[in-house]
Amino acid sequence: MNDFSKPVPVADSDSAPFWEGCRAHRLMIQRCGSCKTPRFPPMRTCPKCHSTETEWFKASGRGTVYSWIVVQHPVPREVYGQDVPYVVALIDLEEGVRMVSNVIGLDPHAIIGNMPVEVTFEEGQGGVVLPKFKPREA
Amino acid sequence: MFTLRDKYAIAGIGETAYTKNSGTTVLNLAVEACQKAADDAGVPVEEIDGIVSYNFGDSVPAIGVATALGIPNAGYAVDFAGGGNAANLITLTAAAAIEAGLAKSVLCFRAMNGRSGFRLGGGREFQARGITQYTAPFGWITYPQAMAMWCRRHMIEYGTTAEQLGSVAVTFRENASLNERAMQRERITMDDYMASRFIVEPFRMLDICLESDGACAVLVTKAEHARDLKHKPVYIMGGAYGGGPNQGEDLFDAIRWPDHSQNYAAYIADDLWRSAGVGPSDVDVAEIYDCFTYSVIMQLEGFGFCKPGEGGPFVASGAIKRDGSLPLNTHGGLLSEAYIHGLNHVLEAVRQLRGDAGPRQIADAEIALTTAGAMTCGSAMVLRA
Ligand SMILES: [Zn+2]
Repeated sequence: MNDFSKPVPVADSDSAPFWEGCRAHRLMIQRCGSCKTPRFPPMRTCPKCHSTETEWFKASGRGTVYSWIVVQHPVPREVYGQDVPYVVALIDLEEGVRMVSNVIGLDPHAIIGNMPVEVTFEEGQGGVVLPKFKPREA
Repeated sequence: MFTLRDKYAIAGIGETAYTKNSGTTVLNLAVEACQKAADDAGVPVEEIDGIVSYNFGDSVPAIGVATALGIPNAGYAVDFAGGGNAANLITLTAAAAIEAGLAKSVLCFRAMNGRSGFRLGGGREFQARGITQYTAPFGWITYPQAMAMWCRRHMIEYGTTAEQLGSVAVTFRENASLNERAMQRERITMDDYMASRFIVEPFRMLDICLESDGACAVLVTKAEHARDLKHKPVYIMGGAYGGGPNQGEDLFDAIRWPDHSQNYAAYIADDLWRSAGVGPSDVDVAEIYDCFTYSVIMQLEGFGFCKPGEGGPFVASGAIKRDGSLPLNTHGGLLSEAYIHGLNHVLEAVRQLRGDAGPRQIADAEIALTTAGAMTCGSAMVLRA
């Protein structure tokens, strides 16, 4: 999954701390500086209390698999042909936010709903580091 | 809530052939469908003063179609950014625009070279910006991949099965076998479904809709105007659009959506039925947005035809067949007729309510539901003869 021709995340004013965190192998999540509600993806204004005060904290990296798919047909083939089958999952972090990632390090068909996972970081080309998830003991 | 019950009607419908390669421009497709809708109603194009459409950057602007048709003064020419979610929205806003005095007769169209031209889900940008920076780098790129994620959650929560998905595919193909316009008319069996290859688990090839070139259009007028025209009016009883909080930053994004086992339908159902003054048990025929087999299950639950979690057993029971309690997608749907982003569902509902559906006709169809959308945002209408 580290081929340079894959979509490269482009950090913006909201997401820069997240991607910087990944480069340091720290899963950084934003929360409201006022009501302290964590949010993902990051953005300037809290949808709950409308405060623009923001903070970042290091998440535990522990979560569960909310849902997952096994990609068998690569789109585009030139980019993902070598990777299939691969797993994309919605991960519920224990801090209460959900993110998209890959589950790696096991047979895709061994995944079950709500399975416990933990973050691991995969380095790619161009300085990109992606947070991925692998199985953990509950 | 939509408050114009029975005050507006669909007076005309038109469409092009549905093909894999139209050999012509999207503009020409749009003009052909719109002209046919005007002719079907018996309204001269010169009397049309509104035109509205929706697209994903894959179509032509409404003013371009107005220009090509020779509409003298399109006072309400609007393009919505949207996909299947907007198919009923444009018709509802056409009625609203007429009510507000912005126009008198409004063409609503969707036109695309969806197979030979711009293919949805053919890959996103190489540089993942905005919301896609959190999705595309993980290889989560296409709509089948997006919707498969929703389907899996339903399976986790309710034990929904492949055979239940398959019963949707098999039923709609059977309906398409009666539809001369359908792109896929060859019947399939459950064995064919189970043998079709996985594209993105849990979806097989036969869970995924077609890609089509083509266009559809409907003409919306005041009901009293429609009564003087060529066909029996099809009245807009009610409608709704939306999907509650956390719909995401684009149609693909559902990261913040709380429960992926239910979609927009659960959020707009109350408004829809209240606006129409009828309920699910009053519907004679329904054309449900079926970009994927699974989206049908989620909408049946959301709109109250069955309880959450019971959509799988419901579709597998035979209830959705032509002779069942709720005939669905009598034209074959997006899965088997064509993928004109849900506007072809509205055309089929109009045909059923006019009694013009030929071998596909559901006897005594008086009330029809059309829905559009599969994920966090969508629209629906209740129509009557
Ligand atoms: Zn807050």
